[in-house]
Amino acid sequence: MTRPPLALVLPGLLAALTSIAPLAYLFDIASDRGLDFVWDEIWQQRTIELVVRSLFLAASVSIASVLISVPAAWLVTRGDIPFRSGWRVLLALPLAIPSYLAAFAWISWRPSMAGFTGAFVVLTLVTYPYVFLPVCAALSRLNPAIEEIAVIHGRGRSLQLILLAARQVRGSIATGALLVALYVLSDFGAVATMRYDAFTWVIYSSYRSGFNPSRAAILAIVLVLIALVLLFGEKILRGQNESHLSARSVDANPRHRVSIKPVAIAYLSTIIIFALAFPIWRVVTWVYRYGSEDSMADIATALWHSVFFSGLAALATIQLALPIGILAGRYPSRSTTLLEQSTYVTHALPGIVIAISMVFLGVRLLEPIYLRTPLLVIAYVALFLPVAVGSIRSAAEQIPDSLDEVSRSLKLSQWAIVRRVTLPLLAPGLLSAGALVMLAGMKELPATMLLRPTGSETLATRLWTYTSVSDYAGAGPYALAIIVFVSIPTAIASRRL
Amino acid sequence: MAATSVTRTKTRRTTLILVASLATLSLFSIAACGGSETSENTQPAATTATSDVSTVAPVAKDPCETASGSLTVYSGRSEKLVADLYTQFTSDTGIDVEVRYGDSGELAGQILTEGNATPADVFFSQDAGALGAVSEAGLFVELEDAVLNRVAAKYRSETNTWVGTSGRARVVVFNPTLVSTPPTSIDELVDPQWNGKIAFAPTNASWQSFVTALRVVRGEDDAREWLEAFAANNPVAYEKNGAVRDAVNSGEVALGLVNHYYLYEKIAAEGAENVVAQNQYLPGDIGGLVNVAGTGALENSDNPTGSQCLASYLVSDTAQKFFVEKSFEYPLVDGIAPFDGLPTLAELDPPSIDLSDLKSIAETQELLNDIGLLSL
Repeated sequence: MTRPPLALVLPGLLAALTSIAPLAYLFDIASDRGLDFVWDEIWQQRTIELVVRSLFLAASVSIASVLISVPAAWLVTRGDIPFRSGWRVLLALPLAIPSYLAAFAWISWRPSMAGFTGAFVVLTLVTYPYVFLPVCAALSRLNPAIEEIAVIHGRGRSLQLILLAARQVRGSIATGALLVALYVLSDFGAVATMRYDAFTWVIYSSYRSGFNPSRAAILAIVLVLIALVLLFGEKILRGQNESHLSARSVDANPRHRVSIKPVAIAYLSTIIIFALAFPIWRVVTWVYRYGSEDSMADIATALWHSVFFSGLAALATIQLALPIGILAGRYPSRSTTLLEQSTYVTHALPGIVIAISMVFLGVRLLEPIYLRTPLLVIAYVALFLPVAVGSIRSAAEQIPDSLDEVSRSLKLSQWAIVRRVTLPLLAPGLLSAGALVMLAGMKELPATMLLRPTGSETLATRLWTYTSVSDYAGAGPYALAIIVFVSIPTAIASRRL
Repeated sequence: MAATSVTRTKTRRTTLILVASLATLSLFSIAACGGSETSENTQPAATTATSDVSTVAPVAKDPCETASGSLTVYSGRSEKLVADLYTQFTSDTGIDVEVRYGDSGELAGQILTEGNATPADVFFSQDAGALGAVSEAGLFVELEDAVLNRVAAKYRSETNTWVGTSGRARVVVFNPTLVSTPPTSIDELVDPQWNGKIAFAPTNASWQSFVTALRVVRGEDDAREWLEAFAANNPVAYEKNGAVRDAVNSGEVALGLVNHYYLYEKIAAEGAENVVAQNQYLPGDIGGLVNVAGTGALENSDNPTGSQCLASYLVSDTAQKFFVEKSFEYPLVDGIAPFDGLPTLAELDPPSIDLSDLKSIAETQELLNDIGLLSL
């Protein structure tokens, strides 16, 4: 293990602070009314029921996502199916569907889905790519030599390969499942539309009615604690580094594919039909049946704002995620892990809580940029840092240690190694990190709603305005635009991951 | 070995830095908190000063006479409905308006979180509850008499901090081919004869305002009792009021609980001859609650005259007629007639209630959820 250069540690700290700054607000509000009040709020039956309900949903969706994704990932990387990269992109595209849009598509078709069923189905369909993509990436990096050995040893080939693969991608599955669980805990759109009484909904209504910000803040803190427990669990699951991964992607021509073509294609198609084709079909139907209420100019302006804000956010987030990603991936230690995981904390906070925290801090400490583009970008950074860090970290982990050793033997300094070896190898990881942030930003709703410059509507805020009053005619064009334009960064991210 | 101990020291140092930075951060937040308290303390004095002025000035003067500059409006009323009105305001008064559209409850939450630093000059809310919450936090300035006196006391704040701009009545929309004598009070709705025949929109803000009013007027226990009886009568949930109205009109259900204007929207869109549904008003009953959209001016506005001017504009004849024609809502100003064929507000005899009290939406949602009426 080598010590990380200070040039990485300082910006890393800064980035981590940005992402946990909103917590300061929560503690401030929560402690407003004294510790006894905090304690009473937490030890209530309704709070405990809330925890149970939310965890149950998060666990169900995570398990379902793993069950769906792992076979799918295995098929598109190791299976003998045509157009593998095409399938891979298609299977990742549900990331482009905002949860509130998917939920609205389903509930307007079958209102009886409201409640747990609807929330479970919708969240599984929009979050499984968080497991699918990293598992794909890990599978395609598997060292073919290991498979050779397995085959030479000659135990039932398919099973052997699957077991081997499973063991080797355990870390990716755990990371993906964690992301799904955190996403579910912090998702507002789907549970609100499906009216499932989860944490976020209760927090949101406490804030929204402006009545009990203390209770909302206390609940948000409980949510952060749950996220911390999850992060700890992920660390155990991830276990040892997957050191036997080879450095470069070798999926160009793996030697042993298994041929179950018709079943495979049917399976993958089913996922795509439910997760992608169904919401698209609904949206296209709305546009076809009702046309558009707004002018093309309105839609184009909203699109421009979406691209502009999320593009800036992508650039800023990469800047800040880079040092943390390199630290966590190349210099693993207790403190760098802490640094990395501190960024995950905000990921479990509902966007609405981050947004209100930023309102509170922004109007007091950063008044000149309040309700202006920079503050919105900072909020996006806080929200999406973990996404970018995760992507950069796993890219950094894959760089073989031997490269560092060789560099050191050439008397390169730590900083020079980062600059001349690590960074160039990270370029693809950076691109996918940027794309992930961009797509998350274009879909993001609560922070955009509260922090966008006054008068600047985005695709997401327009869409929400219409869907919240169940106005299909108004919602159609924006929903379509979101799906089309968020698909672009999604496709880029999924190709690279 | 030596390398390992160096790493350990380094690790510890990094942890230390992190802890120190966290400590700094929390200091920051304490400072911010202190700052807001100080500014809150100065506030009552300012309010008193303003009310002195308004009691001293005997003649109600149009605030728009001296107003200029620009305004930031937080608008809980939708762009589709009121954008034209703001444009009209700018061309009539020369005051530029920057509008932040959003959900009324969320915008109220934003104002409460922003506190005295809020960039908003005026809050135009879809419902009285959100205005009540902002008013209670002491963030509104008193409106001038010229604004207040336009509207009956029933439809404005008791503390003169906000004024209603248009009203909407809760009604029972019914299908006359299925029902000859529709219920005229909410207590008739829980009669077994309506089992499975009532449509409602559980997430709709107006329905929830009605439930809040029920809690305020009858008390928590009686409200719960009514809601449980209502739930036992198997009401049918729809996603929004428009869907309730359509289901009633098509005969899918017999009755629906909606606002009065949904019927008129359908008539305007499809022609009276194509609409069979009718409104049953509930005079004197809590089920016939008249809630208002309304507006208040923020205490810390940097354009106080402009804020008063916009508030007065929203209760002007021009704006009142605009609401009648565009949304079929009730005008709240004497001399402006409601939309053709509507009973007058006086005939509706809505229950007496301080509309500011309709702010406890969170409690209403908890109650509804507890009874199982929110996720049917």
